Amino acid sequence: MNLGKASEKIKNLPYPLQIVLFLGPFFLFPLFDKNTYHLDLLTGVGIFALLAMGLNVVVGLTGLLNLGYAAFFGIGAYTYALLNLHWHWSFWCGLPAAGLVSMLFGFLIGMPSIRVRGDYLAITTLGFGEITRIAFNNLDQWTGGPNGLLGIARPRFFNYSFSVNPTPYLYLVLVMIALTAFFLFRMSRSKIGRALVAIREDELAASCMGVPALHVKLVAFGVSAFIAGLAGAVFAAKQTIITPDSFDFVLSVLLLAMVVLGGMGNIWGAVLGALVLGVLPELLRGFAVYRMLIFGLVMILMMIFRPQGILGSQIIRRELGSPKEKGSDGTS
Amino acid sequence: MALLEVKALSKRFGGVQALKRIDLSVEQGQIVGLIGPNGAGKTSFFNCITGLLATDEGEILFGRERENLEGLAAHRVLKKGIARTFQNLRIFRNMTLFENVAVGFHARTRSGLWDAFLRTGRFYAEEKMIHEKSMELLRFVGLDRSSSEIAQNLPYGSQKRLEIARALASEPQLLLLDEPVAGMNPTEKEELARLIRRIREKNIAILIIEHDMKVVMPLSEKIVVMDDGEKIAEGPPEIVQKDPRVVRAYLGEG
Repeated sequence: MNLGKASEKIKNLPYPLQIVLFLGPFFLFPLFDKNTYHLDLLTGVGIFALLAMGLNVVVGLTGLLNLGYAAFFGIGAYTYALLNLHWHWSFWCGLPAAGLVSMLFGFLIGMPSIRVRGDYLAITTLGFGEITRIAFNNLDQWTGGPNGLLGIARPRFFNYSFSVNPTPYLYLVLVMIALTAFFLFRMSRSKIGRALVAIREDELAASCMGVPALHVKLVAFGVSAFIAGLAGAVFAAKQTIITPDSFDFVLSVLLLAMVVLGGMGNIWGAVLGALVLGVLPELLRGFAVYRMLIFGLVMILMMIFRPQGILGSQIIRRELGSPKEKGSDGTS
Repeated sequence: MALLEVKALSKRFGGVQALKRIDLSVEQGQIVGLIGPNGAGKTSFFNCITGLLATDEGEILFGRERENLEGLAAHRVLKKGIARTFQNLRIFRNMTLFENVAVGFHARTRSGLWDAFLRTGRFYAEEKMIHEKSMELLRFVGLDRSSSEIAQNLPYGSQKRLEIARALASEPQLLLLDEPVAGMNPTEKEELARLIRRIREKNIAILIIEHDMKVVMPLSEKIVVMDDGEKIAEGPPEIVQKDPRVVRAYLGEG
């Protein structure tokens, strides 16, 4: 297929140009399409894209399977919501705070759990995701329990107040995607980025080449959680209401599917995966009850015929850290 | 004075004594061959030195300060100056040749995540250094023309040489090679033996596990023979070859 070659060509462009080329059309989109439903959908997809980019750092680049990523999204959302409701923090102060608190939890959960990998890490993160959601559900006095938190302030931008109109949110999300892509490109084209991929390829060899694997994996976890936290704050500010069930296991799995579908380890792959899996269910609304069936079928076909994902240029074998390959170095 | 001095290194796996009080020393810039039948414990010995396996007993003294490396994590052992290759090739398959070698510089560079985010002066200086030295190393092993190729697309012999280049990137004082010529044809073997000599000329000591006697005997200044977790002989190649215990270990009682 030519897609791989095309993506190779794109990869060789300087990353600022890539960002302009990929995101430019979306910046122009609201000029041509003023349909509120479309713009709202696209904003939602943008938040998915941010999350998929963040998850890609851990799953795609570092090869650590995280099944509880929605928890970091939730922690970011609740952080901004609580800071805003109790202490009247503005969105612009709450946004970095949400990222930082989420990152802190990333380190906390990362420290004990990145010592295991593959299936075991998946189960650890799955547990963390569930615990977080249940905590949101049960810490009534703080999180409002199952009813969630309401009346979260929308952002203000100088004299402009965001309202129900989705367009400013779309621009906010697009700018955040652009900045995230910018910094992720810088990270992946550096010593740290190479170390992350080396760990994915062969953790044992990487540590024998001087990569402090635990430390580097923790950095990946932190960066990834930070991005989810930011996305959570935007989500909270857009919805103005958040409830625990917005951050459930299904979302974690959906995000993982976006990363895998788009092409693991590829920054634009994550964005594309979010776009496809975000828009597809809406396009399939005409099929009513068969919607999710077709959705599932597309995913299955995709994994059979293009297992490396839309933009993936190579099949990454170690994504789940198959025990066969991660065994200790053979004895003579 | 010895560069590496291993004293009474022991390792037990459950009921199996894999290493029984092994003593071994490598001088500065020396090539030492470690031979022995399959299952003798040679790779376990490498794994103990490089921090992949915890040792039960013994000391691993290294360098001018004679630091004990016992119990250090793998990445710290590398930083002290011991690099290695693997018996069953462990290159980073989906990375380019350049990236493979560049990872080897991790311990020798200091820039971190913020340098990468902000593209600081240190970042540019180090990346430039990494690029130049990586290309130099790829040239040294004869792979500079395919530096931007994906490693898994390379022929086996080249992958082996790539692994050596990657190990050299960390600027080691001692290089551990685990069966470097296994699976190679005679021409490739000869080339690799030449490469090993050229590495020694850089004043890097080499400890080499090798089954191919035609390669290891002429290369090594000293041969250490292991059998069943024990060191059974040590000395210059021509003497070790005639040692009755060595002959017995290889050919069996007869």
